[in-house]
Amino acid sequence: MNNYDTICAISTSLGKSAINIIRLSGEDSIEIASKIISGVDIRKKEGGTITHAYIKENGNYIDEILVSVFRAPKSYTGENLVEINTHGGAYVTERVFDMLISLGARVALPGEFTKRAFMNNKMDLTSAEAVMDIVNANTRKSLDLANKALHRDIYNLVHELRGNIMDILLQIEVNIDYPEYEDEIEISHEKVKHDTSMLIDKITDLIDKAEVMRVYKEGIKTVILGKPNVGKSSLLNALLNQNKAIVTNISGTTRDIVEGKINIGGVVLHLLDTAGVRDTDNPIELIGIEKTMEVLNEAELVLLVLDTSAPLDAQDYSLLEMTKDKKRIIIGNKIDLHGKLDIVDIVNVSSVTKAGVDDLKKKIIKLFIDEDMEKDTEVAISSTRHIGLLKEALSSLKDAYESEKEGLYLDMLEIDFKKAYTSLGLITGEEATSDIVDELFKKFCLGK
Amino acid sequence: MNKYDVIVVGGGHAGVEAALSSARLNKKTILITGNIDYISSMPCNPSIGGPAKGILVREIDSLGGEMAKIADKTYIQMRLLNASNGPAVQALRAQSDKYMYHDEMLKVLRDTKNLEIKEAYVGKLLTEDKKVKGIETIDGEVILGKAVILTTGTYLNSICFMGKEAIHSGPEGQKTYSNLSESLMENGITLFRLKTGTPPRILDSSIDYSNMIVQKGDQDKKGFSYTTKEFLPLDKQVSCYLIHTTLKTKEIVMNNLDEAAALNGEIVGVGPRYCPSIESKYVRFSTKDTHQIFVEPVSLNSNKMYLQGFSTSLPKEIQEKMVKSLPGFENAEIIEYAYAIEYDAINPLQMKRSLESKIIENLFTAGQINGTSGYEEAAAQGLMAGINASRKLDNMEPFILRRDEAYIGVLIDDLVTKGTDEPYRMLTSRAEYRLLLRDDNAEDRLMHYGHSLGLISDELYNEFIESTKRVETEIERLKTIYITGNQTEKSKMDELGLSSVYSKESLFNLIKRPDYDYRKVMYVKGEDVALTDKEIASLNTTIKYEGYIRKSLKQAEELKKMESTIIPKDINYDDIHNIASEAKEKLKTVNPDTLGQASRISGVNPSDIMILSIYLKQYKRHV
Repeated sequence: MNNYDTICAISTSLGKSAINIIRLSGEDSIEIASKIISGVDIRKKEGGTITHAYIKENGNYIDEILVSVFRAPKSYTGENLVEINTHGGAYVTERVFDMLISLGARVALPGEFTKRAFMNNKMDLTSAEAVMDIVNANTRKSLDLANKALHRDIYNLVHELRGNIMDILLQIEVNIDYPEYEDEIEISHEKVKHDTSMLIDKITDLIDKAEVMRVYKEGIKTVILGKPNVGKSSLLNALLNQNKAIVTNISGTTRDIVEGKINIGGVVLHLLDTAGVRDTDNPIELIGIEKTMEVLNEAELVLLVLDTSAPLDAQDYSLLEMTKDKKRIIIGNKIDLHGKLDIVDIVNVSSVTKAGVDDLKKKIIKLFIDEDMEKDTEVAISSTRHIGLLKEALSSLKDAYESEKEGLYLDMLEIDFKKAYTSLGLITGEEATSDIVDELFKKFCLGK
Repeated sequence: MNKYDVIVVGGGHAGVEAALSSARLNKKTILITGNIDYISSMPCNPSIGGPAKGILVREIDSLGGEMAKIADKTYIQMRLLNASNGPAVQALRAQSDKYMYHDEMLKVLRDTKNLEIKEAYVGKLLTEDKKVKGIETIDGEVILGKAVILTTGTYLNSICFMGKEAIHSGPEGQKTYSNLSESLMENGITLFRLKTGTPPRILDSSIDYSNMIVQKGDQDKKGFSYTTKEFLPLDKQVSCYLIHTTLKTKEIVMNNLDEAAALNGEIVGVGPRYCPSIESKYVRFSTKDTHQIFVEPVSLNSNKMYLQGFSTSLPKEIQEKMVKSLPGFENAEIIEYAYAIEYDAINPLQMKRSLESKIIENLFTAGQINGTSGYEEAAAQGLMAGINASRKLDNMEPFILRRDEAYIGVLIDDLVTKGTDEPYRMLTSRAEYRLLLRDDNAEDRLMHYGHSLGLISDELYNEFIESTKRVETEIERLKTIYITGNQTEKSKMDELGLSSVYSKESLFNLIKRPDYDYRKVMYVKGEDVALTDKEIASLNTTIKYEGYIRKSLKQAEELKKMESTIIPKDINYDDIHNIASEAKEKLKTVNPDTLGQASRISGVNPSDIMILSIYLKQYKRHV
């Protein structure tokens, strides 16, 4: 079957480096690799060994390598697995890779190694996702979170919640099948109501904490908004300089451009440009506004910059109106020019003197992370997918609670409880469909 | 020599439904039973229905079976159980007249075209090249048939136990033989032992009822069958009685546990967990001092009373003491002693979803031989076996019900997918979508099948369709009529103690309120009620639980998707490397038809299902 053929990928990113790693997994991986390796017959090697060897093609040396052999099921994927450490350098690595492909290995799809590990019961779904998070981690906190997930913290947590729901389900079941036996446990509506409300609190709390964790892991999509010449770019620079941020200038879609990333107290801000709110009479302006609205829709934080040295004009007011339902911070810039705007909660800064920039940073963090909560917020859940499913479960439980209050029959509420139970199972993979698995592993980088 | 299309072995609840459906589908059918007087007998409690079981009876009716009609003709008390719970779990329970039930069923059998009844004991299954040829009786008579349906109940190689006394006997002192068991094993069919038991029957006039809790019937307008138009008035219904065992009872049982065949190791068969003997109850719930016992009449024309909840395998002399320890039974006379019975059943995993054997072609099995317990479970399987044997002979696809369509679907799917190691009883908790599998919508779910199968007449089906239309039209109409809370309406609402209406509200929306229903809104509005009771019940449920029914339907969509992924017959599970070896073995044994069925096999994990599903996707691409 095509499904479990031998896959191959370059697991390190290509560029000049000391070494690169090529990885092969599948039943024939050792056989295939052995055909290009000389100096040692890896087919005779035990699993979990590293050997010095050479790559040869038509009798010519291609590279000097270290080769690791793992035998099923004791490997990352649970299959036979070979890792070849070539010298760094794109040409030599790709040459070896091409040799393996021509011998029958298939180019691996993104995440396929980890997918196989999951398929072979080497890890549960949350652990598999954690592998991706470790690869993508860009702060200490996000790495911590990923490692927690890898060590089944999420699994255990969600598994326990599922247990709580199952208890309610069992309580409901008991007396339905034995109505004539009054001495079977009489289940009181009060008990189910109480247990449900406890669960709702528990999951609500978990979602709140997970949202904070998600901010740590994924950062905050931030838009700096303002009419031209209010000091938008100088504010950006002020923020960037102080934090020695990495400016990547990756061109994205035509809609938005990631201007830069800054790490403020462990939280990454993804700063987005808003090209557009400039001319007011121009037909192009309409497209501009539309684009800005799109960027705004996606943004989790708006930094709205106003010029304190001049009175507000119509354009400022329209921006204030446009962002009134978003999480936003209104920034009064150019306070070095001694102006003042009468707006509640305005943060006054000077991009020139950098006055007020620290306050701004504190305010940003405060907006997303409740400091009182932070001490005991250590939960491993932080991914959008998990939070989405938790919210689904929460909404089912709330439905059950509401119906319970209206006096609906317990045996009908069971439908909500079962739904919640399933939603939680989708987090851990205790319930899962092939669609979910395919979707998930697509997000992985190649060679993992 | 006479040759039949279908031979039905056994005349219990499974056998009669199998024989009737096969004969009604124009198959030349013979029903062979050891003793015609025990056709449709109720060797245990004289009642039909109850949670889940009552819905099974309604489903049998919608598919054109007989049990519901006979139950409606012969009940002596009718109650609605779980009335304080939701519509999904409410169920009728009838106290049946054991002898009338037999008489009425026998009449129907005798009046059915294509159906012959024969009194004989079957000793051998005749096969050729793993295909059914017929049967041979104990006396050596050969009867040939294209298909055989075995519905042997508890009669297959059975042993009755009363304490240390063990008699090779069928229930109620009937004969049993081990020959058929041997013949089945020779044909490669795996048998295992199950056990069940029945309580003592007590002489009515020796019981003092004066201090017992009386339980009267509470339904005089409801029956199991759609066709039933006449009901037994409440004042003509008999009473049952509720009592509690005493400390003395407990003491007698606990002091004699080593005498109980069920507990001292003499019986190897596994008993029904959901219908335990009194000694099992005392052992399992050792902290409980008393248990409920129901005293139920067996028939209007009998002096026997049945003690529901008091089945035992203790010896006769202990039974005497136990019975006398019950309140009101101080002077009781036992007419029939309690006994435990152990019998042979086939491994249901050797059976297809059509109830045909995987080992022997055209051999079908139904009822307790498949590992179930209960008259209703048996009848449901009998009906399905009769239908599918007939379809097989006509080269038609088997008739299979999904789990979201009927309890019958749940029952058969559970048996052939999970197997069973104890007598399987239908429980509402076994159904995932029970809000869809209600008592009140059995016709909506199944009558179209019954009709297209040929077991429901055009006339009846049209009557049902008309009725459905009336309900649908009325529901639409209720959306267009409003109550404004004017003086006339308000005084009527106050009269009924209904919650107030402050602004214009449609009758449809009002019915959704917990305290309102169809009759009440029609009264308040001053409209005439033109629907039947049944139609009103259906209308109320449809409107009141619309939201939850929709949720349930949505969840069932996921099941349908899994059920529509067919696993090819020639699949080789050894080709799928990554499935865990335990799961692989289970998959090979069950050989599921669909991905959905595979997902319900115990020992097959979600990750195995995902791998299987990915394999099937690629398989499809390759084929």
